[in-house]
Amino acid sequence: MPTDANASTTKRLERRDVTHVARLARLALSDAEADKALDELNAIFEMIAVMAAVDTSDVLPMSHAIEMSARLRDDVVTEPDQRDAHMALAPATAAGLYLVPRIIE
Amino acid sequence: METAPNWEIVIGLEAHVQLDTRSKIFSGAATRYGAAPNSQACGVDIALPGVLPVLNRKAVECAIRFGLAVDARIAPVSVFARKNYFYPDLPKGYQISQYEAPVVVGGTVAIVVAEAEKSIRLVRAHLEEDAGKSVHEDLDALLPDRGSHALSGIDLNRAGTPLLEIVSEPDLASAAEAVAYAKALHSLVRWIGICDGNMQEGSFRVDANVSVRRAGTTTLGTRCEIKNLNSFRFLERAIRCEAARQIAIIEEGGHIVQETRLFDPGQDETRAMRSKEDAHDYRYFPDPDLLPLTIADDWIAAVARALPELPHAMQGRFQSDYGLSAYDAKVLTSSPDIARYFESTVAACGEPAASFAKPCANWIMGELSARLNRADSEAGEGFEVFPIRPAQLSRLVQRIQDGTLSSKLAKMVFDALWSGEADDVDLLIEQRGLRQVQGSDALAPLVDQVIAANAKSVAEYRAGKDKALNALVGQVMKATQGKADPQQVGALLRQRLEGD
Repeated sequence: MPTDANASTTKRLERRDVTHVARLARLALSDAEADKALDELNAIFEMIAVMAAVDTSDVLPMSHAIEMSARLRDDVVTEPDQRDAHMALAPATAAGLYLVPRIIE
Repeated sequence: METAPNWEIVIGLEAHVQLDTRSKIFSGAATRYGAAPNSQACGVDIALPGVLPVLNRKAVECAIRFGLAVDARIAPVSVFARKNYFYPDLPKGYQISQYEAPVVVGGTVAIVVAEAEKSIRLVRAHLEEDAGKSVHEDLDALLPDRGSHALSGIDLNRAGTPLLEIVSEPDLASAAEAVAYAKALHSLVRWIGICDGNMQEGSFRVDANVSVRRAGTTTLGTRCEIKNLNSFRFLERAIRCEAARQIAIIEEGGHIVQETRLFDPGQDETRAMRSKEDAHDYRYFPDPDLLPLTIADDWIAAVARALPELPHAMQGRFQSDYGLSAYDAKVLTSSPDIARYFESTVAACGEPAASFAKPCANWIMGELSARLNRADSEAGEGFEVFPIRPAQLSRLVQRIQDGTLSSKLAKMVFDALWSGEADDVDLLIEQRGLRQVQGSDALAPLVDQVIAANAKSVAEYRAGKDKALNALVGQVMKATQGKADPQQVGALLRQRLEGD
């Protein structure tokens, strides 16, 4: 799928790109929803193409909207065992484990 | 196989090194191994809505230590990214990792294979969180009446444990080189104190990227990734059989499909992992929950000052300061424990250190290491729990050097120390009368007695049969109950017999 924002030509998504991304995101899209998503995403890519036309060769890439550095914490254990409270939220538990459908490797 | 003459194997390794922190990389939950399932997984680790990750300073410091130890560049700014995939042991639906801007860039690790040194280049090392664990095996016993065959259990204690993923260039050309590299890395991360190296507990795991190409060609073949190799033996076997599989496919006219595979030690084969079909489409993007990590020069300088002497430098020092051979120096710097043990022992012997270094090295590399191996102790762990302390071994070496103990008597003392029968070397020598009989005054009467009583051997020796002397030495040794130095006895006998 097109990810290169600096590409000079507008890339267009295809229907199979949408269904692929939907599958990776575990989204069940109907055909109509997929068509709609395709149109909307392509509109976004057109906007990206407009932005990509700006010369940014002397601008540092930005990874976060706030210009600050990460705050760090000391290596200290601060969290008590709250297993029972957490497990009460889960649909199925046993022997201190969360239960999920069998994972086949 | 590796020895297939017309093929070259190209291997790159990704090592997952669990960093030795008390708390998780992004939360204040404990990382202790072996706790009751899910008792060390807090809201951040199990991805409750609304929680935010906060980075552990110690994990970053471990990454800096590693970067300095392999002569890499420490990035002044690095970025955490989300690696998106769905798996039951990953509650957020993404793993926080680093992608485009890792914390450590480049660097090299030296390995020795077949007595040749080779430098393995690193691509990068990045910080990330570990996932949880799936439990399949014991579930049937735990849930006999719940149709457990259709379920897996999830333990999220490991989720959020800090990892440093160290990625090598595809510089490794054989299974043996891959193992040498993995061992060098394993030794280094323990040496600099960032990882306990316990492979059974998963503290050090390796993924191997393996491809093959026809000898003489330079284009890389399609690679397969073998995941989660948690022993050096499995790493070696997995690479050998994966390379053989790929060569067989290509020779039959087929093509290699890039995929993630698992090694099955029972079958000695690798097989595709079905659950990782989409593994190459992680849709990374910068994690908006985490600001960029900046590392100032003065932090790097402070970490550098606290870094221990590295094995390579220590090896050089052992050669120059103690006059040891390159081989001895290498063995004695194979782990921080053995190096510390050696240095403590030599220091306790006194001056000049160089005169005690070689005998100390011999005892540590010989008798001691052999017993540690026999005791079946974990690699490297032995010297901490070793029953003989450096001060005791140094006293033993001193008593050999000053002539009190013959090598045979020294061995007896060593046995007594090892078994715990004795604690003090000098006291033991006194109590058991282990003092070597030496000096011509003490030995001369015995030598004369033996010469008088063994006319036949004496005649043989004088007739030119050198071996006859051995019998006479044996007799004197017997008369001293083994407490004499056979060489000295031999010299005395020779003197007496030739002087007559």
